[in-house]
Amino acid sequence: MSATTMTVTPQDAEKYEEKEFGFWLYLMSDAIIFALLFATYLVMVGNAAGGPTGKELFSLERAAGETALLLLSSTTFGVAAVALSQGDRPKVLLWLGITFLLGAGFIFLEIGEFRGMIDQGAGPDRSGFLSSFFTLVGTHGLHVSVGLSWIAVMFGQVVFKGLTAPVASRFMRLGLFWHFLDIIWVVIFSVVYLPGLL
Amino acid sequence: MDIFGRLTIDSLPFYSAIAASGAGITVLGALSVMAVITYLSAWRLVLFDWVSSIDHKKIGIMYIMVALVMLMRGFIDAAMMRSQQAIAYNNEGYLPPGHFDQVFSSHGTIMIFFMAMPFLSGLINLIMPQQIGSRDVAFPFMNAISLWLTTAGAGLVLISLVIGKFSTAGWTGYPPYSGSQFTPGVGVDYWLWAVLISGVGSTMTGINFLVTIIKCRAPGMTMLRLPVFTWTVFVTSILMVFAFPSLTVAAGMLVLDRTLDMHFFTNGMGGNMMNYINLFWLWGHPEVYILILPAFGVFSEVVAVFSQKRLFGYISLVLATMAIGFLSFTVWLHHFFTMGSSARVNSFFGTMTTIIAVPTGVKVFDWLFTIYRGRIIFKPPMLFTLGFLVTFTIGGLSGVLLALPPVDYLMHNTTFLIAHFHNVIIPGVLFGYIAGYMFWFPKAFGFNLNEKWGTWSFWCWIIGFYLAFMPLYLLGFLGMPRRMEHYEIAAWQPHLIVAAIGALIIFFGIVCMAVQLIVSIRDRQSALDLTGDPWNGRSLEWATSSPAAPYNFAVLPQVQSVDAWWDMKARGVAYQRPQQYEDITLPKNTFIAAVIGGSAFVFGFAMIWYIWWLAILCLAVIFVSVVVRASDDDSDYIMTAAEVKAIEDERFAQLAKAPKNEMADDPGFAGEPIPEAST
Amino acid sequence: MIVRQAIAYRSLALVIGAALLCGGCSVIDGPVLDPKGPITLAERDLLFKAVAIMMVVIIPVFVMAALFFWRYRGTNRNAKYTPNLAYYWPVEILVWGVPAAIIIWLGIHLWHDTYKLDPYNEIDPSVKQLQVQAIAQDWKWLFVYPEQNIAVVNELVFPAGQPLSIRITSDTVMNSLVIPALAGQIYAMAGMETRLNVLANEPGKFWGRNMQYSGTGFADQQFRAIATTEEDFDAWVDKVKAASGTLDASTYEALAKPSQKVPVTYYSGVEPNLFDSIIAKYSHGDTDRMPATAAHAAPAAEPAAEAAE
Repeated sequence: MSATTMTVTPQDAEKYEEKEFGFWLYLMSDAIIFALLFATYLVMVGNAAGGPTGKELFSLERAAGETALLLLSSTTFGVAAVALSQGDRPKVLLWLGITFLLGAGFIFLEIGEFRGMIDQGAGPDRSGFLSSFFTLVGTHGLHVSVGLSWIAVMFGQVVFKGLTAPVASRFMRLGLFWHFLDIIWVVIFSVVYLPGLL
Repeated sequence: MDIFGRLTIDSLPFYSAIAASGAGITVLGALSVMAVITYLSAWRLVLFDWVSSIDHKKIGIMYIMVALVMLMRGFIDAAMMRSQQAIAYNNEGYLPPGHFDQVFSSHGTIMIFFMAMPFLSGLINLIMPQQIGSRDVAFPFMNAISLWLTTAGAGLVLISLVIGKFSTAGWTGYPPYSGSQFTPGVGVDYWLWAVLISGVGSTMTGINFLVTIIKCRAPGMTMLRLPVFTWTVFVTSILMVFAFPSLTVAAGMLVLDRTLDMHFFTNGMGGNMMNYINLFWLWGHPEVYILILPAFGVFSEVVAVFSQKRLFGYISLVLATMAIGFLSFTVWLHHFFTMGSSARVNSFFGTMTTIIAVPTGVKVFDWLFTIYRGRIIFKPPMLFTLGFLVTFTIGGLSGVLLALPPVDYLMHNTTFLIAHFHNVIIPGVLFGYIAGYMFWFPKAFGFNLNEKWGTWSFWCWIIGFYLAFMPLYLLGFLGMPRRMEHYEIAAWQPHLIVAAIGALIIFFGIVCMAVQLIVSIRDRQSALDLTGDPWNGRSLEWATSSPAAPYNFAVLPQVQSVDAWWDMKARGVAYQRPQQYEDITLPKNTFIAAVIGGSAFVFGFAMIWYIWWLAILCLAVIFVSVVVRASDDDSDYIMTAAEVKAIEDERFAQLAKAPKNEMADDPGFAGEPIPEAST
Repeated sequence: MIVRQAIAYRSLALVIGAALLCGGCSVIDGPVLDPKGPITLAERDLLFKAVAIMMVVIIPVFVMAALFFWRYRGTNRNAKYTPNLAYYWPVEILVWGVPAAIIIWLGIHLWHDTYKLDPYNEIDPSVKQLQVQAIAQDWKWLFVYPEQNIAVVNELVFPAGQPLSIRITSDTVMNSLVIPALAGQIYAMAGMETRLNVLANEPGKFWGRNMQYSGTGFADQQFRAIATTEEDFDAWVDKVKAASGTLDASTYEALAKPSQKVPVTYYSGVEPNLFDSIIAKYSHGDTDRMPATAAHAAPAAEPAAEAAE
């Protein structure tokens, strides 16, 4: 397969622009979902119903680790994006793969965190505070997991189709998605973990 | 692990005659549809031309079919409530509380989510791309997913009649009543999943329409030359994208409470029911504007065409629409003034609510002034519009009254509230979409609807409406609450009897609509719309043939003015045969969207009945479908210039046989379009 | 065709008018339009004021509709036809300006009356309030009189002329307490306290109920609200105090179980702090609980006398 078939007709360019614009709108609707989850969390953060609070449950090290993994994965995705614009297929695959591993590491840490809390009796069914915590952080984790499967699919498409225009367009949208999740995580870190621990 | 989850033989509705008949009718209905299709040997057509179609016009028609079917289903609920309440003075009536409560819950849920939303999505799908001079919406495949997700939600509500029960928590599903402590069982779960699944479809629809309007307009079609209907669609789409996430969050949290024992809205354990109410109404209020703005758009089109006059106050109408859209996010608390918020909070939201009356009033006046010095033609769409103008105003008045917190303290949750919202929804939303259906039917199918039956339908609807709902205002003053399965105050009964008679007359109105459809299909050869412009219309959808070709426009129109089609007719450039045709790229049909919708339906069912393996399987099917589609770089086909020419030649041949103006014979006809003299 | 339609419109108007008149008779005596207390009187007055001011917009709409639909019918060639009249700035000023002015006028009344009629405001704080605690249960109302140490199911008796200050909570799903003739409603929610202040001008028998659908027994969740003279009230309290049963923790638990059409029941003694313990059962010191008075401003300076006018 040739390295790149990225010549794009004006109609196709229009089509890709529309897809990107539509994807932004989807991200805005997703942002509202997260905003409401944040609002719910902030309202319910004091509703521990006599059970454990953030101070007892959160671990700064693990939260920092998760942050590092996710932020790094955004950077590696960026490297892959640059490789895409250069038409460098092996490089795209490499950095996409690293992104996947970093994201998977994030999910691994998060599942560990959730498991630990549930084992301690601090599961989402313990109190309103914990319900809102698990839902907010868990929804983000779910999005990251979907992102991981998308990265895997993207990997496959690059392998089998090469760096064609449609593949590049999807890649860009994946990038928007991945970076968006990064931003949400930064807010989670700032709104949930830091105040919970300080 | 139980292979059937919590589904057992007891889930079948043999515990009550009424429930069993409901199930029987539903099953019979589904079987009859399949029997008719088989009888007509139409399975190929249904599957390969419709179910797999991602053409916006076909999707629009299918949406409207869902809406009309669910209108009948939701109306049966209404008839049951009215008849029960008419007789249940000092006695239990024929509907036990558990059943009555399911009926009022499904009535509201169906009418809002599965009648009004599909109706508006359908009309917009059918017409808006044609109005802006486009060939399709921006994302045809996603459009089809939206349709099938909505249908999946409707399917869940329908199947709740056959397997299990429906929710008794109202269409609003307030916790903690709707939580698992007080209402265990599948009812609320049916409601939640139907709403969640169709809500995802609606969010996607909003995104689709928004990108279409912003990106896919014909050359020369600036925003300020858009038909007002498209403007209302634009604002509605913004509302959809920004409001539906709130419903997803509210319903999603309630699912988590019920299924995973969380404590978002429970009594105790840190739950707070007030959060649900805020989240729900944060969506709920914009939702009612999502419902009515496109109807306002329809009225704008109809009133101009059937007054044979330009729409009055275009800029005002656009500004008013935008104001309504913006303000709709600032009023949600008026749905719960009585929840104990402070006077300052209540006053703020009450004031914002009264402010929203201003742009709405402006629209009513602009429509009236369109009629002023026009020449009215009383076709059924116009009758519904005129009925709307008068009747909706009363509903607006009662809305302003309810916006005053001290008045709301008395009237909240009484039948006064019921009367108010039906008074804006029926003459507003429903009349608008019925008018749209009758107005655009020839465009969709190529022949006109029978006018006599349409007129009778209108009179039944409007007389029935007044009889059914004016008494409810009075009952509100008598203190009658909503959702009453029986009552002991004698003074209430006469009004409820009148209301039941009103419902009966509305039933005749629905019958007239059904007869109208049957008669029109039977007589279609004598009512063909040969030009594509049966009403001497003003906007671009009337430039296409009826029904429109798959590509809508063989050559994209060059727009020079608002009321683009009228302007083209006046300048004499309508129906111009192009020198040359070009290849047109169109999306291929695909079954994947329907597969996703069907899987969503089964997924919802599985989640309701705790059949976890099935739920996971459905998610896998959806995932694979999405990946397959997302890896398909060859989803379009090319219609060659020759094929386009063949279709267009046929059209021009038909035009040659047609009268110049299909409205010329009407006694009220005011004349051909002429170039607008400079004022 | 058009004449037939005009006749039909007129007949429609007649039918509606007749229906309204017939219905109207009983409605005039109904609780909302014939209020028996200063709160509902003020609420009704606001309703009338709002209807009156809205007529400035509503009546022109009806008049224009009637005139235009008739005059501008297509077959009437006598009427002027201006197909391109699409804008006229005086109309714009009018249709934006007049409703805006009305809304401003209405807004002032809205703001003022919402503060004045805040259900949390004590009516005439200079006078001693009769304290009652209302607990919503499935499907009945329990009224506790903490000062008299009595409790009643489904009957609320109080002296006319003395303001009633009700603290409200729920031991089940969300309910809504209302006595339509005397005071508007407010929600009752578990783990939270809301307040309603009520005053009857004269003795009388009224009804109150739950307005928020709460399940199978909702339709029967009605109670008697009786305003009496001072002497009759004292006699009633004595009657309740003579009842055999008391409302201790176990009796309360039995009572709280779902039941419908519960007859009026008297309890001559009440578990101390019952109301607060029911709230505490759910609230665990959560930080987002409904604050009883925190969000509500101090009662307006206007005395009850003005409200009772």
